[in-house]
Amino acid sequence: MSGSLPRPLPALDRDNAAYWTGGEKGELLICRCGDCGYYVHPPVRFCPECESRDVAPQPVSGLGSVYTFTINYKQWVPGLPERYVLALVALAEQEDVLVPCNVVNCDPDAVTFGMPVKVLFEQCEDLWVPLFEPVED
Amino acid sequence: MRYGEKNCAITGVGISEVSRGSDKSSLELTVDAALDAIADAGLKRSDIDGIATWPGGDGNASGFAPVWIAQLQDALRLKLGWYSNGGESPGQYGAVFNAIGAINAGLARHVLIYRSMYEASARKLAFANSLVKAGERQRGGFAWYAPYHVHAAALQQSLYFNAYVHKSGIKPEQQAMIAINQRRNAGLNPHAIYRDPMTLDDYMASPRIAGPLRIYDCDVPIDGSAAIIVSAIDAARDCRNSPIRIEAVGSSMQYRNSWTQLAEVDTQAQPKVAEMMWSRTDLKPADVDIAELYDGFSFHTLNWLENFGFCERYGAKDFIEGGKRIALEGELPVNTGGGALSGGRLHAYGAVWEGCTQLWGRAGERQVRGNPQVCATSTAGGPLAGAMLLVRE
Repeated sequence: MSGSLPRPLPALDRDNAAYWTGGEKGELLICRCGDCGYYVHPPVRFCPECESRDVAPQPVSGLGSVYTFTINYKQWVPGLPERYVLALVALAEQEDVLVPCNVVNCDPDAVTFGMPVKVLFEQCEDLWVPLFEPVED
Repeated sequence: MRYGEKNCAITGVGISEVSRGSDKSSLELTVDAALDAIADAGLKRSDIDGIATWPGGDGNASGFAPVWIAQLQDALRLKLGWYSNGGESPGQYGAVFNAIGAINAGLARHVLIYRSMYEASARKLAFANSLVKAGERQRGGFAWYAPYHVHAAALQQSLYFNAYVHKSGIKPEQQAMIAINQRRNAGLNPHAIYRDPMTLDDYMASPRIAGPLRIYDCDVPIDGSAAIIVSAIDAARDCRNSPIRIEAVGSSMQYRNSWTQLAEVDTQAQPKVAEMMWSRTDLKPADVDIAELYDGFSFHTLNWLENFGFCERYGAKDFIEGGKRIALEGELPVNTGGGALSGGRLHAYGAVWEGCTQLWGRAGERQVRGNPQVCATSTAGGPLAGAMLLVRE
């Protein structure tokens, strides 16, 4: 995905900071319950499965699949790429953890439902924004 | 148990001029709609003792919610027993559901509900209603989308719509029937923005926006206001019009309320909400005479046709094929005034205004024949959803 427009960025807080900064070490950090193993996303230090408060960010594989996606065609603001893919990726570790992203490093028309993807990161100011790209065969 | 909504009725509806750029302020347009609704109910300003709106004044330049309750209360010098806004509610009809609660609690007898938009003027200045606030870090549920250039609802929502296309197999030529049907209805509605006929070729030649959305699948930003009066049923029977009872509502949140973690993105949050509505009435989908279904985007209407049970899951493409069933003279007239796609984005309250106009038999050239008595209406968008069944006495 190319384009001159800087990415708008989320405000960090105690819950989401790990997600947006783990990329500095190449890690996608997702909160996980230390008692039952459930991944809690969006992150909060409470497990809705077993009510444990022992929930903390842990690195995941960064592998997933395209749960749904869309291609943007309209130039909403100056500087946007001509076409780009917005997707929700289901993480390999737990399929109901869905993370928004752009799918990059491929033709938008090549993206399909269920396509295997892996994470990569793009540094933006003090954040490392997770993006996904196709897994090579 | 008697459900509280059955103690409430719509007694009047009002609308301002609806335009792509008004000479009036958003507050004056709201006053126009409010006075129109109060007069329609046969009431006076002094009878109004409650106000509700969705979401409540947002205090920015987007034109999305430009009028605060306090502004309208003061402009009309109303004396209220109760008032409330509330954006975190079951879609735009959250204001109605709040009014139902207030009426049942004895806090108000005649509640004025308004929805005002000034998005047409706002867009002439800048892309002020972008989901992304320029120059600042993003907060709230949408912030998970922030870095991915999700500047408009059309793009974010098309994530869901593309999943629907994938699962249902709907073709663009079928999807087009929602926009084409509504343009035909708008041609018979003097309040509508776009009234020239639209052909399938026009639709197919229109610009693509995002995913399966073409521009004619998107609602039209306008300047305007719609208002309704919701009254206690005993007071309603003293009003000018036959009361339109609120027969049943769907207001539930029996799912993960999230723009990213929706379990079934292709149906959005609506099925559980529709189930709740039907659980509170003896009426069935076959009893519905007209349907005013949310159409922020055409796919919301497709979703609601299925989720209300007018057709089976993924059966909307066949139900609307050719457009006959959903036409004014069809078995289930849909979005009879042109909806938001051609009539203008009054954000679900245009739908209530039109539904009541039809139930009271005043829709002129577009009046549905057969004395319609039952209207199903809905709001939607991602995890937001609300539904109402309206029955004229």
